[in-house]
Amino acid sequence: MRPFVYEQPTEISTAAAMASRFTRRDDQPTRANAQFIAGGTNLADYMKLGVAQPDRLLDLNRLADPGLRQIRVTDDGIRFGALVRMGEAADHPDVKRRYPVIADSLKLAASGQIRNMASLAGNILQRTRCEYFRETSWACNKRVPGSGCAAMEGFNRQHAVLGASDACIATYHGDFAQALMALDAIVHAEGARGARNIPFAKLHRQPGDTPHIETDLAADEIITAIEVPAIPWARRSLYLKIRDRESYAFALASAAVALDLDGDGVREARIALGGLATVPWRAGKAEEVLQGKPLDEHSATIAADAAFADAVPRQHNAFKTELGKRTLVRALLETRDMKV
Amino acid sequence: MDAAAPRPKDNQGEPLPRVDGRLKVTGQAHYPADLPTGNIAYGALATSSIAKGKVTKLHLDDARAVPGLLDIVTYGDMDKVEKPKFGNSGATSVGPLHDRIIFHDGQIIALAVAETFEAAEEAAQLIRAEYEEEKPTATFDSPGTATIPAAGKSPLFKEDVKAGDFDAAYAGAAVKIDQRYSTPTQHHNPIELFSTTAFWQGDQLVVHEPSQNVTGWKVELARQLKMDPGKVRIVSPFIGGAFGSKGPMTPRTAIVAVAAKRLGRPVRCVTSRMQAFGTQTYRAETRHRIQIGAGKDGRIAAFAHEGWEVTSRPDSYVVGGTSATGRMYDYGSILTHVSLVQADRNTPGYMRSPPETPYVYALENAMDEMAVALGMDPVEFRRINEPKTEPIGKKPFSSRSLIQCYDQAAEAFGWAKRDPKVGAMRDRDWLVGMGCATAIYPTAVAPCAARVRLTVDGDVRLQCGSHEIGTGVRTVAAQMASERLGVGIDKISVEMGDSSLPPAPVSGGSISTASVCSAVLKACDAVRAKLYAGATAEGGPLAGSHNDELDLADGKIVAKSGASAKVEDVIKTMQVGAIEEYAEFAPKGATPEALKKLYAGTPEFHGGEQDEDSVKYAFGAEFVEVRINRYTREIRVPRLVGAFAAGRIMNTRTARSQLMGGMIWGIGQALHEATEIDRRYARYVNRDLQDYLVPVNADIKDLQVILVPEIDHAVNPAGVKGLGELGNVGTAAAVASAVYHATGKRIRDLPIRIEQLLA
Repeated sequence: MRPFVYEQPTEISTAAAMASRFTRRDDQPTRANAQFIAGGTNLADYMKLGVAQPDRLLDLNRLADPGLRQIRVTDDGIRFGALVRMGEAADHPDVKRRYPVIADSLKLAASGQIRNMASLAGNILQRTRCEYFRETSWACNKRVPGSGCAAMEGFNRQHAVLGASDACIATYHGDFAQALMALDAIVHAEGARGARNIPFAKLHRQPGDTPHIETDLAADEIITAIEVPAIPWARRSLYLKIRDRESYAFALASAAVALDLDGDGVREARIALGGLATVPWRAGKAEEVLQGKPLDEHSATIAADAAFADAVPRQHNAFKTELGKRTLVRALLETRDMKV
Repeated sequence: MDAAAPRPKDNQGEPLPRVDGRLKVTGQAHYPADLPTGNIAYGALATSSIAKGKVTKLHLDDARAVPGLLDIVTYGDMDKVEKPKFGNSGATSVGPLHDRIIFHDGQIIALAVAETFEAAEEAAQLIRAEYEEEKPTATFDSPGTATIPAAGKSPLFKEDVKAGDFDAAYAGAAVKIDQRYSTPTQHHNPIELFSTTAFWQGDQLVVHEPSQNVTGWKVELARQLKMDPGKVRIVSPFIGGAFGSKGPMTPRTAIVAVAAKRLGRPVRCVTSRMQAFGTQTYRAETRHRIQIGAGKDGRIAAFAHEGWEVTSRPDSYVVGGTSATGRMYDYGSILTHVSLVQADRNTPGYMRSPPETPYVYALENAMDEMAVALGMDPVEFRRINEPKTEPIGKKPFSSRSLIQCYDQAAEAFGWAKRDPKVGAMRDRDWLVGMGCATAIYPTAVAPCAARVRLTVDGDVRLQCGSHEIGTGVRTVAAQMASERLGVGIDKISVEMGDSSLPPAPVSGGSISTASVCSAVLKACDAVRAKLYAGATAEGGPLAGSHNDELDLADGKIVAKSGASAKVEDVIKTMQVGAIEEYAEFAPKGATPEALKKLYAGTPEFHGGEQDEDSVKYAFGAEFVEVRINRYTREIRVPRLVGAFAAGRIMNTRTARSQLMGGMIWGIGQALHEATEIDRRYARYVNRDLQDYLVPVNADIKDLQVILVPEIDHAVNPAGVKGLGELGNVGTAAAVASAVYHATGKRIRDLPIRIEQLLA
């Protein structure tokens, strides 16, 4: 592990200014000399492995703003402070009641210990767990731009069938992000040049030719809050996560679903898919297919086919297209049958 | 009594809590890398990123520039040390720093030593190698493999067993199957990482390292370092997960010892989890072809089992599980053959029931297929083929309670409620399946020494160079002494895990309880004999009594007449402070060299199929219920029942714990565990616990262990059959059988995963 400077700024503006001072403007946050750390459940791991090599860590846990640690429920929706821990949000009674998809996505992620450490903002910015990314002796365009992609023709069982490029097929493994994606959340960020709001769907970037560029954030921007709009019918929502074991594993396929039903008919469907794509994935075509139709196994299957129309399977992950479809069908039917 | 402490039945000992349990759960147990050592320097390994070729150049300047770096041990620095040997005490014959040839992925290329762990790690990461790279051979079907017969390549696998005329019997069988099965690569991932701490005291070397074989390592390390074994000491008081991984010594140990000598201070090297995949041993992938032919009545007439196992280029590691599968049922005729397939890989090694896990998986999956082909209940099919004698040499089994195990497990499981029709059982969106399989493990025993001292205060000190690998051997050794000396368990202290203690065999092959307890029994009986002599001597308190009329209980010698004498008083009469006995136990049939070999760290194993009088195995029957979602096909295991018979059970708590752990591992083998190999590079891909999946608590719901009473005086003086490796044999086949029952899909390649059930 390389030596690094560790600092604990107490104001958001100071933290952003520090990041700005030690980082070139065009540096990607993941490659910047100065990087933010909160729970450390992902970054510290990658620093030990030599995957991340910041010279300076700016620990956000001493930031004074109490809003960073609060969950606020209002008529407009729910606002999560960036430093709220996954475990706190998963256990929050209003989250459980009003947005089961959020509570489920958090509860089914990681382990109790990790959920108690990891911050919500850090969770949505978690980096891929691609085996070839995690271990520095392999070629990886995300870790070392231009070095190639060992996963493309390698062991790629957990890799993405949606949103991949010729440069990268690494999966975005987060769960919470799928719920935020489905619910049209807004991310609040503050940097050296001011504050701004980013629609959740714009936060992550597909790999394209530049898989090392992972988000829309600049290296000095700090997520301060995540806002989820009020959606009364989101009580009918769930997160279904399919994996090789019952707990503590990344999704092979997952679906975040929220349904606004009129009897059996779908007024509106919200669908995001996880474990299958390079970024949190909104299945807009599937949503369109369902709109105005009765929801049954037949229509759910048509929606699932639409969601995976552009899937590109590879040697070891070919099953994920079929699994992803079935996951979505099951999630839709289980959401339909929820007692709310 | 709670489930963790089953009420003892006939021939079963009390479920005493582990004597070291409190130390372990309160963090006071010192594992080898925890042992306090002053002025320590830290070592970190640099390993190869190719699997085949040559290191042409090492760039060390960046590493040397790391503040706090003390030394780098690499090519040239081990020249005065002998290369390692492959065998029971040695993981591989590759001396990674003896020459620049790379035999496998993750081979050690240097050890960086620094003032801190972090600096050592950083320096190791900065060591850069240039290679002359060759195209490596990864595994089965890769270009460049060499296939050779396994028989005779290892002292543990002498021959391919056979009996009768298989070809004729198979040709004439009314019902037959011919199928292929496979098991994946599996790596040891004990929570205690692999580590070596070495320091020199003058010309004496002390090594703290988790080891299942301190005596063997002492001798082998002394050979490598060209030292007197008496000047090498291996210390391993607790081992946090062994299962064979800490059985053979790896080349790291000598490298760290050399580093400590060069620096003149202790050096500790803890291998990272990723590096353990290349520097430690593992369970290699296997393939199987099984043919079974039977009459319409279900009686098997022909059985053939062909196995293929991957090994490294330099070392012929063989498991050869046909020895057990060939003796499982009353086959009529038997034909077996095992081949080794050489590839550019690190040398495989022992992992919990090394031969039985893959081979019995294949056999039992085939047995279930055969039962289906016969239209017969799988339990009934096994009952029909239960042998009266071992089917190859026609020797009797010393004891065999397989059918009792099946009956008791089936009863507890509710097997009678199973609808045999495939896909017939459902619970809403979940397909329900039930399956079963046999567990078998050879019962072996080895020579062992122990020292027992009984003081005038009634304290007992028991010393034996065996190893607490989590089995509870300290506890059962204390129970044996407690029983023979009539002393409470709280008065007994047990010392183990140090090569300066009386030698014990490697803690492998499930021999420890039998071997250690037999030695402790012998030492205790010698103490008794001295006590009795003192008590019955002229002028003694029980003068005139005969030894066979005496017993020891509650600190007293009690005569049949009712007369008694306090042990304390007898020892005082004898005018000594303590009675101490050193006993060397050698099993029946031991060669004249047996004890010499014990001290040389190469103990003989007796039992299993090798003895003249009988064959010796422990058996079990396992039943599982699986649930498979009808949409997404993930497999869950809500229920497991295993019944096992293993002779005398010393302690029902520790026995249950072993069997439960084995069954849980069996679930992992069925559904989770596999090391993935990038075939292009012959490199391991999922080298940590994120991607190398093992069961977590949520995967294991209702698990029941039944200890079936069994008495067997033939196995060893303690009457104990090893059961540490019994529980995980057969589990995966039971799961495969249940998956078939639920879905109609016969999965023959482990692990069984969603993708195999989607199509």
